Amino acid sequence: MGWQRTSLYAMLMLCAVVMLTPMAWLVAAAVKGPDDLFHYLFFAPLSRFSLYNFRQLFEQIPYVRFMINSLFVSGATVLVQLFFSSLGGFALAKYEFVGKRVIMVLMLTTMMIPAQVMLAPMYELIYAMGLVDSYVGLIVPGAVSVFGMFLFRQSMLDLPDDLLQAGRMDGCTELRLYWDVVLPVQRPMIGAFCLIAFMGSWNNFLWPQIVLHSQERFTLPIGLNQMVGLYAQEYGAMMAGTLLAVLPVVLLFFFLQKEFISGLTSGAIKG
Amino acid sequence: MNTLFFRLQHRYAPYLFVAPFVVLFLTFTLYPIVKSILLSFYITNGPKSQVFVGWDNFRFLWGDPAFHKAVKNTCVYALCSVFLQLPLSLGLALLLNSRLVKGRDFFRFSFFSPHLVGQVFVAVLFSVVFIPKFGLLNRVLHALVGTAIDTKWLGSPELVMPALVLTSLWMYVGFNMIYFLAALQAVDKELYEAAQVDGAGAFKQFVHVTLPGIRSVAVFVTVLSTIGSFQLFELPYVMLGNTAGPDNAGLTVVMYLFQNGFIAGDLGYASAIGWTLTMGVLVISLAQMRLTGTWKKES
Repeated sequence: MGWQRTSLYAMLMLCAVVMLTPMAWLVAAAVKGPDDLFHYLFFAPLSRFSLYNFRQLFEQIPYVRFMINSLFVSGATVLVQLFFSSLGGFALAKYEFVGKRVIMVLMLTTMMIPAQVMLAPMYELIYAMGLVDSYVGLIVPGAVSVFGMFLFRQSMLDLPDDLLQAGRMDGCTELRLYWDVVLPVQRPMIGAFCLIAFMGSWNNFLWPQIVLHSQERFTLPIGLNQMVGLYAQEYGAMMAGTLLAVLPVVLLFFFLQKEFISGLTSGAIKG
Repeated sequence: MNTLFFRLQHRYAPYLFVAPFVVLFLTFTLYPIVKSILLSFYITNGPKSQVFVGWDNFRFLWGDPAFHKAVKNTCVYALCSVFLQLPLSLGLALLLNSRLVKGRDFFRFSFFSPHLVGQVFVAVLFSVVFIPKFGLLNRVLHALVGTAIDTKWLGSPELVMPALVLTSLWMYVGFNMIYFLAALQAVDKELYEAAQVDGAGAFKQFVHVTLPGIRSVAVFVTVLSTIGSFQLFELPYVMLGNTAGPDNAGLTVVMYLFQNGFIAGDLGYASAIGWTLTMGVLVISLAQMRLTGTWKKES
């Protein structure tokens, strides 16, 4: 037993080290001065701690601007998607109405079609609407997440009908019911969805790359990508930029970890 | 009056609730799908000029060596994802699911954490991990072998794909493990006890209890990661400095679509590539579901 346990831990630790090494290397590279960057494999001694890379980063590209843009775009996307997806999911879970089956079938089918197929006509549309290089053009096409609607439908199926009926008896309109009764008990799923939606938007590259043209509107992924092209040798600054770009997601994850894991897997296990 | 209002609002509320979805779906999903079918029969130059060419785009695609290369690269990547990465994910999940493990949360987090880094950021990070002399990978290899390693991972055609696969292993092994782990934990414990009573060893238990128990999740994960693999774009595009790499070694189908549609400006050819991709993905994922016998359970 003891032997088994030791080898099990040895294997797990080895995997954990392998997985965490690139992250540690990233952090280390970001806080090293230019002379130390390749001199030390990981961290330089504490006395040589340096913010040189961050200064370089902020001087060379409007990084803070990109960060603010990204925070705004992702924040707005999450709010809009959360509202519309949970509302739609609620209707699919708890109401009978004409066209419900059609909607479900359409949702399932289009989830099988890679989104890239729609890129060209979507760009045409955005172009025709005069929304190229605008955040509206960036956010609106993805304002309802099909995946999110499924997620919320699944978790709202378990809502007791008695709870809804009681609300109606008390004179709640359906919208009130959604807002005051349904949303509060969906809190774990909301947490999970917020993180999933935030990650999706925060890391989104292809659509913003197509829609946004002027640098002052760039989000972090496109901004950073542009920097890689322009300053390919500035490894330290690139690592600093990557580190800062990853931090918001990591922070959010620490807050929403439990909800996230259960939300991610709930659809898969149930159906 | 009041009751009438209540009856009406109850009746029409669901329509109101799905209205945003329906409107956006029609505009930004259904219309683009139909339109891209049409577009694939045109040669376009930006969104303004279009010439009808019939099946020419597809015919050209059929004999386009760059497209062949893109398909080959994408398939190799997808095969590696399914046959290399998923078994590793399952292996990790099995290790973590062992009753002997304490501190499961720590391990789960460390395996999963790479997924928090988006593809673009992973690509930037690994473009530096792979640099010849000083990159993390070559330094680690140096430490292991003892001699200085100067391998140009992203500079040599035959090493670009291994580098991509390595990166995607790092990124997705822990992510898929989460699914397997959840599935393993949902397998009925009594089945194991019954198997033990019948004298089944660890291997027999795995084959007769574990595998059937996690089958539907395994199929789900396989289909999902196949679809995901076929959409590979950001990782190679950013990692290779917005190029397809030496000798197009990192060219993928979606990258080729992007190059043609949004750099060269031929949205028609891009749509033809998109539909070829869609058909490929549909056929493969349906085949996967059929082979694994989950066809009928889809509902």
